[in-house]
Amino acid sequence: MPDIKMVVCCKQVADPEAPPTAFKVDSATNKVSLPRDIKPVIGQYDEFAMEAALKIKDKAGGKITVLSLGNNIARDVIKKTLAVGGDELILLEDESFEEGDSWSTAYALAMAIKKIGEYDLIFCGRESSDWDAGQVGLGIAEILAIPALTLARKVEAIDGKARVEQVIPDGYQVTEVSFPAMLTVTSELGNLRYAALKGIMAAAKKQPIVWKPADIGLEPSQVGAAGRRVKLVKLFQPTKEAKCEIVEGESPAEAGANLAIKLRETKII
Amino acid sequence: MAEYKGVLIFGEVTNGKLASITTELLGCGRNFADELKEDLCCLLVSDKTGETAPRDAIVFGADKVYTVEDSLLKEYQGETYIQVVERLAKELSPRVILMGQTPVGRDLAPRLAFRLGTGLSTDCVDISVDSETKLLRQTKPVYGGNAQAIFICDAMPQLVTIRAKTMSPRERDDSRKGEVIPTKIEINMSPIKTKIVEKVKEEVTGIKLEDAPVIVGGGRGIGGPEPFKTTLKELADVLHGAVGASRPPADNGWIPEAMHVGLTGKIVAPEIYIAIAISGASQHIAGCSGSKTIIAINKDPEANIFREANFGVVGRYEEVVPAFTTKLKELLAG
Ligand SMILES: Cc1cc2nc3c(=O)[nH]c(=O)nc-3n(C[C@@H](O)[C@H](O)[C@H](O)COP(=O)(O)OP(=O)(O)OC[C@H]3O[C@@H](n4cnc5c(N)ncnc54)[C@H](O)[C@@H]3O)c2cc1C
Ligand SMILES: Cc1cc2nc3c(=O)[nH]c(=O)nc-3n(C[C@H](O)[C@H](O)[C@H](O)COP(=O)(O)OP(=O)(O)OC[C@H]3O[C@@H](n4cnc5c(N)ncnc54)[C@H](O)[C@@H]3O)c2cc1C
Repeated sequence: MPDIKMVVCCKQVADPEAPPTAFKVDSATNKVSLPRDIKPVIGQYDEFAMEAALKIKDKAGGKITVLSLGNNIARDVIKKTLAVGGDELILLEDESFEEGDSWSTAYALAMAIKKIGEYDLIFCGRESSDWDAGQVGLGIAEILAIPALTLARKVEAIDGKARVEQVIPDGYQVTEVSFPAMLTVTSELGNLRYAALKGIMAAAKKQPIVWKPADIGLEPSQVGAAGRRVKLVKLFQPTKEAKCEIVEGESPAEAGANLAIKLRETKII
Repeated sequence: MAEYKGVLIFGEVTNGKLASITTELLGCGRNFADELKEDLCCLLVSDKTGETAPRDAIVFGADKVYTVEDSLLKEYQGETYIQVVERLAKELSPRVILMGQTPVGRDLAPRLAFRLGTGLSTDCVDISVDSETKLLRQTKPVYGGNAQAIFICDAMPQLVTIRAKTMSPRERDDSRKGEVIPTKIEINMSPIKTKIVEKVKEEVTGIKLEDAPVIVGGGRGIGGPEPFKTTLKELADVLHGAVGASRPPADNGWIPEAMHVGLTGKIVAPEIYIAIAISGASQHIAGCSGSKTIIAINKDPEANIFREANFGVVGRYEEVVPAFTTKLKELLAG
């Protein structure tokens, strides 16, 4: 069987595990900012997607192209995908790609995948780790008119087909799909492996390929904010007050017993 | 250009009954329809939609209910369902389409948006009609819940998925009149490229999370599968509640995926949510912030969960929880 050609879409995001108090909204620009010492990361589900592709490469062999759209993409962050075993990194990087919606994002990614040309499987996260839309993967599939399966927790490639375990409400289902197909990946697939030193060193030497809108046949008016259908009008932080009453005791066990008494007194239980 | 009119709801049916998310959508859709002075339509898709669910859709606010039955629609499959909703959306050309942020809605809504060439806001927790433009202001939590965004979409139809338990259903009104319109939509099998070969049920015993008045949620700090069956289960039993979890226990296979609470899991709103060894990441809180009372047990006094909880105990759960359970038993017996 010829090598499987895979594309993995990875987005650079503000670290979703940063403490909630670190997130600040600038209402003038409608942007979220974090303290500078909190570094951006690759989206969690995008990492799971990367791991899904690597598992296939382990078994069946293949080529993994990583695709990321944005502006000012930190090379040391995104190159992790090469260090763990990605073969090629393509960045759609330009100011005009910024502040798009799911439509303009998926459209540009789909056009880039068209330009890549040959692909058997496209992997995306089930949702991004910042804007949580959960649309881009399915959008790419619709634009390319290829089948899509969501919430993959296990993927195997067999005879030109993918055999996918999809999470469903009360368990999972095994679904088969012929190539080419788009799969979105969920957390149960498992964490992205660590990069070996050799991988890190090889990645350091590789340069990403950078494409501008014109490279994928698009006008700046078709990408990013200019190409969007859904417009952000306001970004804000809901206010809430901390109101926790800490129940104490001589020992943790006593505190536990006191908690029961407290809940009874306040008629919560 | 086609004229876009009315509000269409994609309804869901579970065990022959209208899903609670659908009554919530009907409640909020009814308000828009009244405000716009247009019809509220509901689409029900299944192998057999039966009589109860279509009737109930009217009772809870729909003017017209389109039922599409086909043995091919017995189980949800993106490729078959999209054919039905795309056809109906094109025929009715509603100005608004509402779906639930449910397993089906998450899979179906983006497909539909891209087919129709329109925009979509997912997981909205608030929507209102802008009095001037008559467009929907769509509010969606972003950054895991650390911020909220308000979107407007001027492409038609305006497509939105709505988070469970954020909208209020109307009171049941059995005198409401409406029309049930059985609709035949031919499913074309030639573009179907996916095949479900097996379904495996992971049994969850006891009360369903969504229905439980009390939920005992365990986190990564629980350390393994056993305490979910013993320490946490015993506490849940005393309170006639259910055991739930944050994402790591589900990822680690300590508990079935169906017990995972949060942005990417279940949205719950029990009377009492007891978070044990859960740090309180915003993505977890997104799933339980509607709880009436949140109680946190965590060994780290700085854990974010104490910013969300009403009551808290700082300590190792192995010591705190058994004593808590014993005392509760005593108090509830006495
Ligand atoms: C300043 C600012 C302004 C914005 N304005 C708007 C606006 O006006 N309207 C609006 O709708 N949204 C707006 N957004 C959010 C928008 O850019 C979203 O990122 C976009 O809608 C896609 O949604 P998502 O990132 O949640 O992706 P999802 O659909 O959740 O992503 C799913 C998967 O697709 C892949 N993917 C997604 N994005 C990328 C990427 N960039 N590169 C590679 N792979 C990717 C990943 O695998 C990811 O896991 C704004 C964001 C910012 C920062
Ligand atoms: C897009 C996205 C979606 C997500 N969706 C979800 C979701 O739906 N649900 C979800 O839960 N998470 C979700 N997450 C993950 C989330 O960000 C956190 O990583 C996760 O909630 C952490 O789980 P936890 O609190 O159990 O673990 P941790 O953050 O590791 O916390 C463990 C806690 O246990 C405490 N502890 C340890 N030992 C003990 C002990 N013996 N006694 C008492 N306390 C102890 C520790 O002090 C700590 O506070 C999502 C993330 C992203 C990016």
